[in-house]
Amino acid sequence: MISLQLKNSLKFPVTAKCISPDALQDKSLEEIEKLKIWVGNKKKELRELFKIEIRGSEREVIHVYGDLTKVRGIGAEMTMGELTIHGNTGMHLGEEMKGGKIIVYGNTGDWTGSMMKNGTIEIYGNTGNYLGAPYRGLDKGMSGGKIIVHGNVKNEAGAYMQNGIIRVYGSAGQFAGLRMKDGTIYIQKKCGERVGANMRGGKIIVQGFLKSVLPTFTIEDLRDKVKIENEEIIKEPFYLFLGDLAEDGKGKLYISKKKNPHLNFYEKFLEGEKIE
Amino acid sequence: MELIIRNGFVFDPLNKVEGEKMDVFVKDGKIVEKVDECKAKVIDASGMMVLPGGVDLHCHIAGSEVNAGRLLRPEDHFKNFERKTRVTRSGSGHSVPSTFTTGYRYARMGYTTIMNPAMPPLEAKHTHDELNDTPMVDKGSYTLLTDWWFILECLENGKIEECVRYAAWILKATKGYAIKIVNPGGIEAWGFGRNVQSLDDPVPYFNVTPREIIRALCKVNNWLGLPHTIHLHTNNLGKPGNYITTLETMKCVEDLALKDKPVIHITHCQFSSFKGSNWRNLRSGAEEIARYVNNHSHVTLDMGQVIFTNTTTMTADAPFQFTLHQLTGNKWMNHDVETETSSGIVPFRYKRKNFVHAMQWSIGLELALLVDNPWKIFLTTDHPNAGPFTAYPRIISWLVSRKARESTFKKISLKAQRKSLLPSITRELTLYEITIMTRSGQAKVLGLKNKGHLGVGADADVAIYNLNPEAIDPSKDYKEVRKAFRNAVYTIKNGEIVVKNGEITKHVNGATLWVNLQTSEQKLFNEKLKEKFRDYWTVEYENYAVEENRLKISNPINVEAKI
Repeated sequence: MISLQLKNSLKFPVTAKCISPDALQDKSLEEIEKLKIWVGNKKKELRELFKIEIRGSEREVIHVYGDLTKVRGIGAEMTMGELTIHGNTGMHLGEEMKGGKIIVYGNTGDWTGSMMKNGTIEIYGNTGNYLGAPYRGLDKGMSGGKIIVHGNVKNEAGAYMQNGIIRVYGSAGQFAGLRMKDGTIYIQKKCGERVGANMRGGKIIVQGFLKSVLPTFTIEDLRDKVKIENEEIIKEPFYLFLGDLAEDGKGKLYISKKKNPHLNFYEKFLEGEKIE
Repeated sequence: MELIIRNGFVFDPLNKVEGEKMDVFVKDGKIVEKVDECKAKVIDASGMMVLPGGVDLHCHIAGSEVNAGRLLRPEDHFKNFERKTRVTRSGSGHSVPSTFTTGYRYARMGYTTIMNPAMPPLEAKHTHDELNDTPMVDKGSYTLLTDWWFILECLENGKIEECVRYAAWILKATKGYAIKIVNPGGIEAWGFGRNVQSLDDPVPYFNVTPREIIRALCKVNNWLGLPHTIHLHTNNLGKPGNYITTLETMKCVEDLALKDKPVIHITHCQFSSFKGSNWRNLRSGAEEIARYVNNHSHVTLDMGQVIFTNTTTMTADAPFQFTLHQLTGNKWMNHDVETETSSGIVPFRYKRKNFVHAMQWSIGLELALLVDNPWKIFLTTDHPNAGPFTAYPRIISWLVSRKARESTFKKISLKAQRKSLLPSITRELTLYEITIMTRSGQAKVLGLKNKGHLGVGADADVAIYNLNPEAIDPSKDYKEVRKAFRNAVYTIKNGEIVVKNGEITKHVNGATLWVNLQTSEQKLFNEKLKEKFRDYWTVEYENYAVEENRLKISNPINVEAKI
């Protein structure tokens, strides 16, 4: 196990893509201490910021302690191992990650799991905007793997999602699943408006309150249960909407009936169909 | 500064020098007969090719549409960047690089003169500002005159002389180099959500047809005696079956030809050589186009060769861009430039395994190989529409080597492999022909008297490549050719060494080339123009023109116009 303890609180943004099991596993303590990281516009060595210790032989397990809100790019492009962060982290956590696991006992910044391809990220706090989304301009977001957030997420979670699953046990901001193509997003509590805007495929499940559904979604059915992944099934009634019709999309939007009585006017469209 | 380039294999097609071992002398930015051998710096070019600096007559490198492309595509810049060095600035971008980087990349490939082909008159100031910031190369810009209301109105009333006056005025006001025509009639029709389908389809609300516009502007071009011909992007571009339109376009100005001189340049011809009725039965029309061009001397073409990469398409042909947006579902930008023109931008990825893209790749090469005379077809990618200019060395390797073509051919869509004409073509271009296609021919058709050759009096723009034409066989060692053309050993601009071994050694600013038309003053015309400005434009007449002092280095080409 490799442990990194932040020495002092940080004043400037830090880019530390080297904090990942891939980069650290075959290095000696001295080599790790001399790894270069950007602090503001200056290059520094890892040991100037962190107290580094190696215990035992499990090199692919890393624990990081301290408030890393200003540290970006932790676990970027990692392919294996386990990275646990005891504290908050900054932007770009696990960007383009290809495997392994990241656990955060704290909050994370924007673009967490940006464009990730595989692996798991579990966050016990809240996370920022653009969860799993690509950077500006790109049109392919998260394409595999799993992100679990026990707190809340901000706007545009799962934008341009290609595959994989995002589970949010708190609430979500606006535009969840913006332009998503495939994959699953599950939101347990309140969801912001414009959920699934421009989606072309995939599945979004909202178990909490949703103020309104976009007019470009059409009601398809009233289901009495919905599957999240594998064998996990929620047994309560859900409205199923299809859309986004503005994009000729075939995405599925499941909205809880129980928490959203104000949406029951949609049911008359379902009945109308039956009469015909 | 004096320079001697010793013992290189000189290729200078305009002076009929083909790979002769000789010395080239440079003094004060010009090629001269002799220099003082004691004082001069000597470059040993033994075993290397010495060529005139490269000329590119069609690359979108500056202006509002290029800049909008940069804004639209942060992902294009995200991972493709260059750090600053002691002499160069930093920059980024793959298909739409920033201005400084554009200049550096051209210089590294041995190019010294480039032309920006689409400048909406209203955006001329922006275009020239960006050209000012494009270092290392001489540059110019073609003024878009197609669907300018003044021209359309004149044509509607049959006043060709007035049309000539307007054209002369706008070329001078925008510091343009040539007349660019894009989808004549179609751009104006796009203002009403429509397009024109053929050469005889009238433009809505103007009683003129594309045929009349092309013929009129061709006459205007002859009347003014501009150095370049009209530079035309055809109607129906990028539509299956459009080779018929292209042939008709070439035919419609046949009678306007002056002796053997070309009067029309069909640009990025690959996009205009599609046969078939839909995308599924797309075939190559390269054979028919090439046959016509081989038999007529009034036409020149450039390739618009497709490269399999991620790029950005940008043209003034807004209806075409809208079609492309609908086809791909990619993001799209559209702009209407008041009474002048329009434009559109869509990111695009050319894929090997896509039938249509693979056919396009094949058509571009077919055109270049089937047109017998290299003075009639030039190497371009219509940067960045069919691919970035940095791919030129790759195209050169395809042209000089059948083996290189085959190695790419094996990887393209199987259906395209069956339908392509490429396997039947055995021709391999020589390095002499490549020199014509990449510099001498382009300089000739642009009417640049001091560029594209190494005769006495020419501008000392020289490119030296590490390629020994006696030692290698380009058709076998195509990888060597590609490598050599990618990075020039030396690029000399105005008699100064600016690139050495593919690294920029000196930052220089190139001149802006523009046509300074000398016309007789006519007070009445100016009054009328001012009046129309008040009616049609958001910009006042007084604020419209680009002053000469706006250009960092101005290089006017004086032309006596007969009006």
